[in-house]
Amino acid sequence: MDETVAEFIKRTILKIPMTKMMTVLKAWDFLSENQLQTVNFRKRKESLAQDLVLLCEENGVSLNDAALLDIICEDIDLSDMEQFKSSFKKILQRALKNVTVTFRDTEENAVWIRIAWGTQYRKPNQYKPAYVMYYSQTPYAFISFSQLRSNTPLLCQALTIASKHHQIVKMDLRSRYLDSLKAIVFKQYNQNFETHNSATHLQERRLGLDINMDSRIIHENRIEKDRVHRVTQEIFGDYSQPRLEFAQYKLETKFKSDLNGGILAEREEPLRCLVKFSSPHLLEALKSLASAGIADAPLSPLLTCIPSKGMNYFKIKDK
Amino acid sequence: MLKEDCASTLKVHLAQSLPLPSNVNRPRIDLIVFVVNLHSKYSLQNVEESLHHVDATFFLGKVGFLATGAGQDNHCSIHRNTVLRLAHTYRSPLFFCDLEVEGFRATMAQRLVRMLQICAGHVPGVSALNLLSLMRSSENPFLEDV
Repeated sequence: MDETVAEFIKRTILKIPMTKMMTVLKAWDFLSENQLQTVNFRKRKESLAQDLVLLCEENGVSLNDAALLDIICEDIDLSDMEQFKSSFKKILQRALKNVTVTFRDTEENAVWIRIAWGTQYRKPNQYKPAYVMYYSQTPYAFISFSQLRSNTPLLCQALTIASKHHQIVKMDLRSRYLDSLKAIVFKQYNQNFETHNSATHLQERRLGLDINMDSRIIHENRIEKDRVHRVTQEIFGDYSQPRLEFAQYKLETKFKSDLNGGILAEREEPLRCLVKFSSPHLLEALKSLASAGIADAPLSPLLTCIPSKGMNYFKIKDK
Repeated sequence: MLKEDCASTLKVHLAQSLPLPSNVNRPRIDLIVFVVNLHSKYSLQNVEESLHHVDATFFLGKVGFLATGAGQDNHCSIHRNTVLRLAHTYRSPLFFCDLEVEGFRATMAQRLVRMLQICAGHVPGVSALNLLSLMRSSENPFLEDV
């Protein structure tokens, strides 16, 4: 059988969420009931896909069959999405007589939702809508809450029910840049990430290189500089960071002081303190702290864990 | 500084603090410029500590202070007078120059190269000490010489 067809089928199967696997295969109707029964669906997807491809080869699968499988996947996807949309809209309309819900499909199995809120007696306010970006294949939704805050619980409830999940958890991750939120949440930030500033970055890097190449400039602290550079690379990687504007740390910890006494040291209650870092591009700024000589390398893990933990709002308590 | 037209061979050593690593062979040092970033208390602290490692002979005209960041007043955590006092204590000239600004940077570089040539003894008839006393006589009159 053709290698390319086998590969195509394998990749198509890998894209199918496990919850829909049986539905799709049955709809495709290429593999018999008996064959499907011999397959262990609890395996890891990678090896399940390989098993299914072997069965397809036994049946002499052709490119046409593979194409049909692809269409069925699309179809089932779409119908799921339609179900979500109608369910979501119904929930909101049942709760609030006056609400405007608009959908816009985008690529990558995602949908933009716009909600304008009204009340039982008032028409929806079109100037203060909420926006949601929902990725149907993932358990994530990105929400821009409207200024009419009282409707937030209803919105969350509608999302939970319509997407057939049990609960919704609000992540401590906020930013104005949807692409950055996506990169962090889908763990795609450790690749070369397109930003608006990529042109200026290149220029700066080139300038730095020129200066450092001149043999008349000697860096006395070369060893330390290199160490700082290496440690920064290890922590932040070589790629552009996702774009966040804030990191906020709410501290509820006891004040610790090396000096004896002092007004703050004697207290039993924890000190409540809020530290907020803001920047047009926070993670890039943190990345450049050590090489700019403003902070020691390695940086505190509280700062460097932001993309990996997917949080930029922290609450810190004494253990 | 390297872009300046200069008959002498110019080398610049960049260091984060003093003392310099001792296991390296270096040509003679003719001028030390301490750069203080007015936005950072740490910068001043670093310079103050580094000054203790400088041999006394340098302070006869071969040390200068360069304060940057004065243009952004709201970012300054070090008062102008603090650096003025520091420079006065060490009897050395102080320059204010916002290194971020291309024009100021170029002018400052020019001045430093001229100063460096004198300190290296490449300008006949003028020594580092001459230059120092020349500069001092035009200093702020309200700073008293102790």
